[in-house]
Amino acid sequence: MAKITIDKDKCKGCLLCVSFCPKGLIKAAKGLNKRGVAAVEFKDTGECLGCTLCAVICPDCCVEVYK
Amino acid sequence: MKRILMTGNEAMAEGAIQAGCRFYAGYPITPQNEIPAYMAGHMPQAGGVFIQAESELAAINMVFGAAACGARAMTSSSSPGISLKQEGISYMAGAELPAVIVDVMRGGPGLGNIWPAQSDYFQATRSGGHGDYHCIVLAPSFVQEAYDFMPAAFDLADKYRNPVIILGDGMLGQTMEPLHVTTSPRHHVTRQNKKWALTGCKGRTPNIVKSFYMKEGDLEKVNLLLQKKYKTIKIREQRYEGLFLDDAKVIIVAYGTMARICRAAVERLREKAKKVGLIRPISLWPFPENAFRLVNSRARRRVKFLVAEMSYGQMLEDVRLTLDGQAEVGFLGRSGGGIPSEEEIISKIKKL
Amino acid sequence: MGKVFSHSKSLRNISTHYCAGCGHGIAHRLIAEVVDELNIREQVIAVAPVGCAVIAYDYWDFDCSEAAHGRALAVATAIKRVRPQNIVFTYQGDGDLAAIGTNETIHAANRGENLTVIFINNAVYGMTGGQMAPTTLLGQKTATTPQGRKPEEGYPLKISEMLALLAGVKYIERTALSSPQEVMKTKKAIRQAFQNQIDHVGFSLVEILSPCPTYWAMPPRQALDWINNVMAKEFPLGRIK
Repeated sequence: MAKITIDKDKCKGCLLCVSFCPKGLIKAAKGLNKRGVAAVEFKDTGECLGCTLCAVICPDCCVEVYK
Repeated sequence: MKRILMTGNEAMAEGAIQAGCRFYAGYPITPQNEIPAYMAGHMPQAGGVFIQAESELAAINMVFGAAACGARAMTSSSSPGISLKQEGISYMAGAELPAVIVDVMRGGPGLGNIWPAQSDYFQATRSGGHGDYHCIVLAPSFVQEAYDFMPAAFDLADKYRNPVIILGDGMLGQTMEPLHVTTSPRHHVTRQNKKWALTGCKGRTPNIVKSFYMKEGDLEKVNLLLQKKYKTIKIREQRYEGLFLDDAKVIIVAYGTMARICRAAVERLREKAKKVGLIRPISLWPFPENAFRLVNSRARRRVKFLVAEMSYGQMLEDVRLTLDGQAEVGFLGRSGGGIPSEEEIISKIKKL
Repeated sequence: MGKVFSHSKSLRNISTHYCAGCGHGIAHRLIAEVVDELNIREQVIAVAPVGCAVIAYDYWDFDCSEAAHGRALAVATAIKRVRPQNIVFTYQGDGDLAAIGTNETIHAANRGENLTVIFINNAVYGMTGGQMAPTTLLGQKTATTPQGRKPEEGYPLKISEMLALLAGVKYIERTALSSPQEVMKTKKAIRQAFQNQIDHVGFSLVEILSPCPTYWAMPPRQALDWINNVMAKEFPLGRIK
């Protein structure tokens, strides 16, 4: 059991987390955040490994990981 | 108190250590090399740091770093080296860091030569680097003053969180004279009350030392605060020596080494009952306008002024600005190693 | 469920001014994490550069000084000499450390100052609009090498290898922010460089190949791949000294 939370308003939409998630659980969100950026969102399917790759590569410290 | 024989350069170095200076960084350049040599020998004994820097730029930025963490810090150089240091001086003025910079002036422009000159007056008294700022500038005239002005310079630097320049020249630096030195440390001042200093953020919010303000309006506010500070300094810190101002009909204005020669000329003319006086600015910035006001209001008569410099009309501008057309101002200047002699001064006064 | 990855204490929880996909954000975080893990936040004095990271002090939550462009290691030298009990590091880009500040860099290293240097190499001047840096690759297009850098404009400067020749230098490692795995290696190197200072080992530098998607004109992920496939060929990763 693991999951992540994303601080959407800090997200700049670089999509690095999307490209490194081994389970493909992070997607570009529809609509824009407060910065006017298409942020990412986490799709909790129960498959999250809590591997922290998304958090480690995030340049904007948007991701927190729970396991 | 102890009476010893020292060069002006050594006196400035010893004066700094006595003033609690515990950090020195410098780069070799003539005619101030006795300062780093003295510091290299004496700073470690005082528990301080001496670094021979790889460049003038590194030296002044080391002083920036030492000052940023609260140490009494100084560097010294001579004219071409001071030009290189202007970047760091501007940053220190912007970040409001206290430090002392000694300029033992030599001939210019360019590499010039190593003879005494006073042609860095503009560089020292105007913002020598970029931006609207001022350094406090003190000009010693003899070796005892070279020593005595160092504690004053560090105190002023700390009081106003502002760089202070000691503006000497090759003559002062190389001249050996007897002087009185204190044998007990007169200052135990390092890092006291410097709440802004970088010491690690234990028990407080982090300190930041910077001169960079990007948000609209912020830099203007910083500049206004600096201007307010400069105004206070202008009111409070004017220093000068006046000689025979009460009855003088001709007043020579000269500082540093030039003032020594002018003093001799004044004394010789007084022996012949000529009513000649001397204003010797000690603080070049703030320029001692008060000395001139005193003359105007007290005497209420037309006094002629003669500005004498080892440069071509730099302090002259401040004298003219101060007098604002109210008196005749003559000028005698030589530079590039040439120094106006007593005789030249006397003959110029006779022609006024 | 417990938190296994959270925001570090030494980093303020605010948005940075960096572009999307910029490596500075990662490097800032890694430093903050190391500072937290070594429990040295209250001892640290950082020296920020001129360049994109000029306001790094707005993001870190510890004492910090600015330095004029290229002068960070002169400033840091004095801070460490005056306050040897503090942990002092500089954070500098390629223009700052390897062009305008080459002299300060070489001589601080040669004196063996007990400092930690975090050197961000992104092969370009970011803050001023993407001009050629000393580390720009041959053929790389920048604002001032519109046809791509030619040899007569200088070869990519391998300052880390140069510094490794100096007796005063104790530790140099080149890492990259090109994948989560490389990011973790970078963190390990940063930790080593700080630990060295704590242990009085001496001058320690980590060169970090860092993405600049904006001035490389690439999407962020492609920029990471470019580090691996192109940049790391010119600047090989690993322990240099």
